[in-house]
Amino acid sequence: MKEISSVIQLIPLEYYLVLSGTLFSIGLMGVLFRRNIIAILMCIELMFNSVNLLLTAFSAYHSDPAGQVFVFFIMIVAAAEVAVGLSIVVMMKRNVESVDINLLNRLKW
Amino acid sequence: MVGTPTFINLAWLVPVFPLLGFLIIGFSDKGLKNNMAGIIGSLAILLSFLFTVILFFVMKSSGQESATISMFNWIAIGSMNIPFAFLIDHLSITMMLIITGVGTLIHVYSIGYMHDDERVNSFFAQMNLFTFSMLLLVMGANYLVLFIGWEGVGLCSYLLIGFWFKNPEYNYAARKAFIMNRIGDLGFILGIILVFFTFKTVTFSEVFAQAAAFPVGTAVITTITILLLVGAVGKSAQIPLFTWLPDAMAGPTPVSALIHAATMVTAGIYMIARSSVLYNLAPITLNIIIVIGLATALMAAIIGLKQNDIKKVLAYSTVSQLGYMFLALGLGAYSTAVFHVTTHAFFKALLFLGAGSVIHAMGGEQDIRKMGGLKGKMPITYWTFLAATLAISGIPPFSGFFSKDLILNKAFEHNIILYILALGGALITCFYMFRLLYLVFFGKQRLANSHPHESPSFMTIPLIVLAVLSVFGGFLNVPSLFGGNSNFSSFLQSATTSLSIEEMSHSTEILLIFISLALLGFVIFLAYRTFVTKTSIPKDDSVPMPSFGKVVYNKFYIDEIYAALFEKPLGFLSDFFFNKVENTVLDPAVDGIGTLTARFGTLVRKLQQGNMSFYLFTMVAGILLFIIFILII
Repeated sequence: MKEISSVIQLIPLEYYLVLSGTLFSIGLMGVLFRRNIIAILMCIELMFNSVNLLLTAFSAYHSDPAGQVFVFFIMIVAAAEVAVGLSIVVMMKRNVESVDINLLNRLKW
Repeated sequence: MVGTPTFINLAWLVPVFPLLGFLIIGFSDKGLKNNMAGIIGSLAILLSFLFTVILFFVMKSSGQESATISMFNWIAIGSMNIPFAFLIDHLSITMMLIITGVGTLIHVYSIGYMHDDERVNSFFAQMNLFTFSMLLLVMGANYLVLFIGWEGVGLCSYLLIGFWFKNPEYNYAARKAFIMNRIGDLGFILGIILVFFTFKTVTFSEVFAQAAAFPVGTAVITTITILLLVGAVGKSAQIPLFTWLPDAMAGPTPVSALIHAATMVTAGIYMIARSSVLYNLAPITLNIIIVIGLATALMAAIIGLKQNDIKKVLAYSTVSQLGYMFLALGLGAYSTAVFHVTTHAFFKALLFLGAGSVIHAMGGEQDIRKMGGLKGKMPITYWTFLAATLAISGIPPFSGFFSKDLILNKAFEHNIILYILALGGALITCFYMFRLLYLVFFGKQRLANSHPHESPSFMTIPLIVLAVLSVFGGFLNVPSLFGGNSNFSSFLQSATTSLSIEEMSHSTEILLIFISLALLGFVIFLAYRTFVTKTSIPKDDSVPMPSFGKVVYNKFYIDEIYAALFEKPLGFLSDFFFNKVENTVLDPAVDGIGTLTARFGTLVRKLQQGNMSFYLFTMVAGILLFIIFILII
């Protein structure tokens, strides 16, 4: 453990912050501007993982394992979320013959 | 409860019988055929009566003066503890005997009178419920149990006045009675609250024991007695709340006999007699009672002179007799008032049942101008009616003579003007009663195409029994003048504390009796000359009347005055609130809130387009705004 965290600390914290922020922004842009629901799901995963990265980096810098434990939990929840999300995608495909979210505009009121 | 003979502890059974009767008849509503409801109802009251008679003799032989039977703890909050208890003493047992005794006779009579009615079962159920409530009223050991009975009889009175509810006028009469009683009840319940405030208890014995410590004329006692009096005035139909009683004649005649003559209307007298300890401490209230009683007695008697409906005449005579009872109460002669209640129950029940018999025979006709000549057709009704008329007029040795004479004597001892006014009222009573008797039973039959016949024996037997009671009932309380020892008054002495008034000398008493007898004889002769010899029948409504006669015929316009004083302003006020406040302020305001919400809803609904990208965009924008907001703060 000691070695890994010391390895991590070789790179300055600002780099992690910038990388994580970039990944998060790419994910956010993808969620906002992609119409393919599978792409949107992938973008959400990207956002998750940018946060995970940041958590791990802080955890290493502060020598606090709690951040990394959090990351495992987030991964488990994300796995479950992907399972539900993909099954919704399958149902969507069966019903509207498409994965374009703009075709789902009947879901109102 | 400890140390009392066990039999008296069973007194709670007395009201249970009518309650059972009510439940049985009420729940098997349509299942009872052929007079079964009437028989069950009458049996229930008869059992109560027999039980009360046994109780009476047990009490008399054991010499016990009062017994309290606690059923259960009814209300227990903090220091307040009100048991559901019955008080059996000489006053309540007297009232119980009247209620169950006269009640039995009227129930039996009703079997005959009501057998054609389609709602005969409800009738008997309600009559039994009434008897139950009335027994609760007189047996209660505290003001609250009394109040349950008080309200119960009010309810039954309302139900039975409006028994033929298909006629809207009868419903109006029922409502009127209910509302008038409510006005009185408000005073009554305020009085009870004040009693509780002052004495921290509502149980009679405790209240009266504590009241003994108060000096005469204490303001709080005077207030209590006046408030209780308001209740009594409502229930016992005195000025100014008397107008409901004549209208209450809309109910079936046995109801008028039982509720609006013999029992319920005497509840106010009972309550004041019960609270005699308090009233003795409030001479101001006693004077008010005298004024109310005498004014009611005279006014109702004068109105009675001009009425043409057989039941209305009797109704006004009831109001007038209740006025006499109030007069006796006001003079502090509580036992005399209860004695008049007793004899009045006999002869007034008889008069009403006789009137019912006449109405039955005439096929529902109640106008005495259309009757006449029934003497030969209906001998039993005639003779019993005559007995009751003589009794109410105060002719010796009929029962009314003894009780009314006693009241007149008390009035004479108090003030000669009171005596003259009371005697005048008695003479008027005598005149309108004989007017009624002559118009109904003498002369020629005036209604063509009718064949009056004597009523069935279900109806005539109670008449005969009541006639015997009306004739001999006065001997319960023979004054010392006639060698008696005023049994009735001394019997009640333990339960009510009458104000002591010195006995007048026998020579004065004889003189007074002779004066009143001579005047009564003259009045009867006058009535005979007017209505039999001259056969002057009251004119048709269309014929104009002299001014004073017209005022009397229209009952001094009391109803109209009340309408102008209370109904009109209140009606105007409610119209104002409905048209102005409700329709222009409240309704638009409430509607406005609804419309506003709906409008806003349609506006916000636009956001819900169903476009997922838009949702996602707004979500992200929202979160960003949120973060910016937090960063700024």
